[in-house]
Amino acid sequence: MTTVASKRITPSPQMHKATSTAGIMWTVSACLAPALLWGVYVFGFGALLVVAVSVVACVLVEWGMGALLSKRTLNDGSAVLTGLLIGMNMPPELPLYIPVVAAIVAIAIVKWTFGGLGSNWMNPALAGRVFVFFSWTGHMTSWKMPATLSGAAGVDSVSGATMLSSVKSGLFNYGGSAAGPAAMLSEQGYPRSNLDVRLVQSIGDLLEPLGVRFQRGYVDMFVGNIPGCIGEVSALLLLLGFVVLLARKIVSWHIPLSYCASFGLLVWALGGTRFGGGLFSGNVYFHLFTGGLMLGALYMATDMVTSPLTGKGMIIFGVGAGVMTFLVRFFGSFPEGVSLAIIFMNVFVPLIDRYTGPKRFGMQNKEGTS
Amino acid sequence: MKLQTFPQGGVHPHDRKKLTRSVPIRSIPQPEALTVALHQHIGAPAAAAVEPGDTVVEGQVIGTAGGFVSTNVHAPLSGTVKEITNVYLPNGIRSAAVVIDVTSETAESTESGSGADQPARNGRETKRPDWENMPVKELIQELSNMGIVGMGGATFPTHVKFSIPKGSRAELFVVNGVECEPYLSGDHRLMLERTEDIFAGIRVIRKILSPERVIIAVENNKPDAIAQLSKRAAVEGAEVVPLKVKYPQGDEKQILKALTGKEVPSGGLPIDIGAVVSNVGTVISVYEAIVMRRPLIERAVTVSGSAVVSPSNLRVRVGTPLGALVEACGGFSGVPAKVVVGGPMMGFAVHDLDMPVTKGTSGVLALTSEEIGESRRTPCIGCGGCIAACPLGLNPTRLFKLVDHMDYQRAADEGLMDCKECGCCAFTCPAHIPLVQGMKLGKRIVVQRKKKDSA
Repeated sequence: MTTVASKRITPSPQMHKATSTAGIMWTVSACLAPALLWGVYVFGFGALLVVAVSVVACVLVEWGMGALLSKRTLNDGSAVLTGLLIGMNMPPELPLYIPVVAAIVAIAIVKWTFGGLGSNWMNPALAGRVFVFFSWTGHMTSWKMPATLSGAAGVDSVSGATMLSSVKSGLFNYGGSAAGPAAMLSEQGYPRSNLDVRLVQSIGDLLEPLGVRFQRGYVDMFVGNIPGCIGEVSALLLLLGFVVLLARKIVSWHIPLSYCASFGLLVWALGGTRFGGGLFSGNVYFHLFTGGLMLGALYMATDMVTSPLTGKGMIIFGVGAGVMTFLVRFFGSFPEGVSLAIIFMNVFVPLIDRYTGPKRFGMQNKEGTS
Repeated sequence: MKLQTFPQGGVHPHDRKKLTRSVPIRSIPQPEALTVALHQHIGAPAAAAVEPGDTVVEGQVIGTAGGFVSTNVHAPLSGTVKEITNVYLPNGIRSAAVVIDVTSETAESTESGSGADQPARNGRETKRPDWENMPVKELIQELSNMGIVGMGGATFPTHVKFSIPKGSRAELFVVNGVECEPYLSGDHRLMLERTEDIFAGIRVIRKILSPERVIIAVENNKPDAIAQLSKRAAVEGAEVVPLKVKYPQGDEKQILKALTGKEVPSGGLPIDIGAVVSNVGTVISVYEAIVMRRPLIERAVTVSGSAVVSPSNLRVRVGTPLGALVEACGGFSGVPAKVVVGGPMMGFAVHDLDMPVTKGTSGVLALTSEEIGESRRTPCIGCGGCIAACPLGLNPTRLFKLVDHMDYQRAADEGLMDCKECGCCAFTCPAHIPLVQGMKLGKRIVVQRKKKDSA
């Protein structure tokens, strides 16, 4: 009997696409890196420390849980990604035990008590973040102005407030005449970078014939010259990383698009009423690019484990998250609603999956012919 | 014009056909012995018609059809029957086999090979000039006599496929030149080298099925074949339809969806939507059987993969040991990580190179570990990739879990039996979960239980 040296007898398929779970996790992590680096650049070394602590904490907890259950899971890369997401969802300066607690909740409780990677029903990073947010709300909402704004007029006056929280608190007893959030911030003397000063005018001139108003602060919001969580401020770099994920087919467009579209539509339709404007006068740009929406819609809502399986299901999930985010941001007591909205929708994933299965081939004409 | 393909699911594996697609089919040195399996088609095995010590001539029946869904098996070369033994075939079936010692014969036939211009062999009458006057029933019977089976790999007896059930009509006949499996290029070469025989085969099939339309479907990664077939197609009243490359387009259900937009019903056959599909190799052997009176005793086999010295397309007698094919291609360059019989998506990994070529052996691939792309299995991360890849609209990750939890009834209710085992799900899965493998197991168990219940 001539025997091939290799005795690999496997059922088909005999070849595999060059994908792996670890590959996905590391690619997502890499795509988050630019936005993280931007956060470190504008918020300083302290921000890097926060993220580093949360990554290390996640890895240690993952290792510990693995050791406890004699499973080796560190090299699937998921713990590092969770750590990155937790860190990037933290304010730049806070006691370092907070990311550690978030990591423990995320990995040990949310992920491992349900069976580890793939079995959790709630996004671990978001669960960890929300847990510490409600435990140390003060620390979790004390912000830092980005370095790129230092020296700009008004920095000291509003230090400690993100754009969204400034608007939210400003609206409690609002007697001003601003027609929208951007105008309101400018009325409050919210600081802006030199880049914003220079670019807004020229972009505004370009867009004016199209009937689009490009307002003060728009460049800062997009580039990331605003206070906020370490990783959420630069919409530009988050989008850049997301384009890579799309191109590599690691995520699909369904959740981000349906999320942003439904949220944007509601903001546009109803958001203006808070400022005394009519219907369809809300400032969509402001709400898309401030706060955690980009980080949430592009990287957290798209978490494979806790999102639906099919495109149809993903769209339902995204629309639900958009509606919830709108409700929390506009009618809740917190300025931000992304984490809560995504976790809320995580609960519905099994239900959505049940009713949005794929269309089976050859079922419409099963009885009779053609 | 936008190229047609099937809309739902499918994958795009690296096709690696470049290795062999421009290598003409050639013959190989005659082996010392042939091991001709009697169960090399779907259905009942043939019954041995010879005994050890018998002398057989090339083309002689050595196994007679064991029922309707079965065909005759013929001696691929002249020689002496050494023994009747049991062998394992690449697909895992254990079959009786006739071992023919062909060393006693003068090395007559291999080099001359086959072809339309083949003169009379061994004194037997070859051409059948009056085939057009034969009744359809006899033509179909003759296909069974000549051992004609589907050569795309499934080896379903062609006479069964061509026996159209009452009340149905084959309005459309499709010549399947898709060859969607990576690496394989035997069908591609046949379309280039034996264009005339394909059209001759179509003429025979027209007589049997009298279809209104004949379509030759070819994926557009074979532009030379499309061009060459198109030259003759108009005269023959056939259409050549180029299809957008996507695996598993060669599957009957997918090819018909791509061509007609109609779906073969779940659990049904192409004839349910008025169509019959046959592989190009089958069409050629139909021509040979009917017009040339030549039984199916050889086929084109692609020997390829990065662990083969010189990848080639070979014309090989049924029963030739796989090792002889590899040898004819210069042997292995290093140790292959896997040796696969068939294509890499649906083929079988084998360890024994003494296994014989069967009528369904479309390729012998020696793959390196880079080509295989294996990785550690992790838990399902719910990416939905398998669902997006499934051409039949199944939910592989769920079916896998149901089978894993031994909830076979539920799995069957959710479409397990529709699975054609194309492997798109397992190919795609980033967690490297053996999805299709689990579904195959589930299907087997469901079938066994049904048998048990009805017994």
